[in-house]
Amino acid sequence: MTQAAAPTLKATALNSTHRKCGAKMVDFGGWDMPVQYSGVLDEHHTVRRAVGLFDVSHMGEIEIRGRDAFALLDSVTTNAVAKLNIGQAQYSGLLYEHGGFVDDILVHKVADDHYFLCVNASNQEKDYEHILAQNRTGAEVEFASPRYAQLAIQGPKALATLQKLTSVELAPIGYYHFSDGQVSGTPARIARTGYTGEDGFEIYIAPDRAERLWNEILDAGQEFGIKPCGLGARNTLRLEAKMALYGHEIHASITPYEADLAWIVKLDKGDFTGRAALAKQKSAGITRKLVGFEMIGRGIGRDGYEVFQDGAAAGWVTSGGPGPTVNKNIGLCYLPVQRAKPGERIQVMIRNQAVDAITVPTPFYKRAK
Amino acid sequence: MYPENFRYTKEHEWVRVDGDTGTIGLTDHAQEQLGDIVYVDLPKVGTRLEQGKSLGSVESVKAVSDIYSPVSGEVTEVNDALATAPEKVNTDPHGEAWLVKIKLSTPGEIQQLLSASDYQNYVGAEGGAH
Repeated sequence: MTQAAAPTLKATALNSTHRKCGAKMVDFGGWDMPVQYSGVLDEHHTVRRAVGLFDVSHMGEIEIRGRDAFALLDSVTTNAVAKLNIGQAQYSGLLYEHGGFVDDILVHKVADDHYFLCVNASNQEKDYEHILAQNRTGAEVEFASPRYAQLAIQGPKALATLQKLTSVELAPIGYYHFSDGQVSGTPARIARTGYTGEDGFEIYIAPDRAERLWNEILDAGQEFGIKPCGLGARNTLRLEAKMALYGHEIHASITPYEADLAWIVKLDKGDFTGRAALAKQKSAGITRKLVGFEMIGRGIGRDGYEVFQDGAAAGWVTSGGPGPTVNKNIGLCYLPVQRAKPGERIQVMIRNQAVDAITVPTPFYKRAK
Repeated sequence: MYPENFRYTKEHEWVRVDGDTGTIGLTDHAQEQLGDIVYVDLPKVGTRLEQGKSLGSVESVKAVSDIYSPVSGEVTEVNDALATAPEKVNTDPHGEAWLVKIKLSTPGEIQQLLSASDYQNYVGAEGGAH
């Protein structure tokens, strides 16, 4: 029985494709998205061992153009845009004046006067308004999401799969670099980025080409055992790789220093929104910090569960669940900074029971080079 | 699909009665909806269960769900195999992956539960197929 998406939910260009292929659909932040196809664990292992294909067209795109594009972008993001070469991508933060996250974003430098931003689905309108409100330059800011679908091809066989469909040499594209070209005759931005901890690519294409390309990638990857994957596996994969998820590890009340993302903050690059608050926090020191944990006792520490140390409430779990590759129940939590080092005993409150866990170094999973 | 000799709840548990013993489990529809099950939290032997109240929980990769007891009684046996192999709930929900056995305190409660065909109709109407 195939049902159409509830009319209140937004749908990607691949919505009917997912439904035809038997995906289990869920409301994901207002988007009708596939949470799983063959099963979260199977999809997770397929990405670690071979290659998986994700529809991530719900992600937003914002384009900034013009002579002042650099000046505008550098004034609203935490990372140093000046360090980017053409064809390079950079993880960065959009902050409020008080230092909390508006969003975490990927900045791609297309040309000296053209930057392409990939932003979180549920934040895209907010991000656009935020950048626009601070634009005192002549730079043009475009809400470009409707012009793009995005597919993620992830896993050790991602390159071999995608290479069959493009004349662009993929091997020379470095991690966090991209190249514009054609995939199977469709103009595409091909970025060596991802949200899984594996090698792979994220490609940006016109929505009306998405279904054809989706099917062609599945055909091309068949010899490697490719499978379509849903957002469930995307979440377990990114958690093992300790990649932040907006609304969980980061949000308006969390700064990059607290989120263990000091590396995306370049205080010395010049002024940017949130810089003053961050400079102050850096000199005063943070009071809480994101740290990984593994469950010792039986149970799974889930998002929002309280964390105790020495019998007193100390923090909260931001993301938690099974780590299928590391084969442990893992999670991330905020703890007082002096007790946020690996090796600290903690208790996660799971339905009113204190269950033992221990803080550990992250990422939980790192791929072999 | 749904054994005729079981009775079912709208919360997707089943119970099989043998004399004064009730064996409780989750339905195939439940495991299908939950997806990969990674953890099952069950009560200890001796726990008194009340019809309609939580007896434990089941966790898939994504979420936690309560399990409600279809009948009242005292837990006499717990399926310890699920501690190390919770995925059995996905592969054999009506057989090997039973959750607990209880000594029924109010056998008449069974009459309030759904028959196999009623349950089949219920999950059909819920839009379980896809």
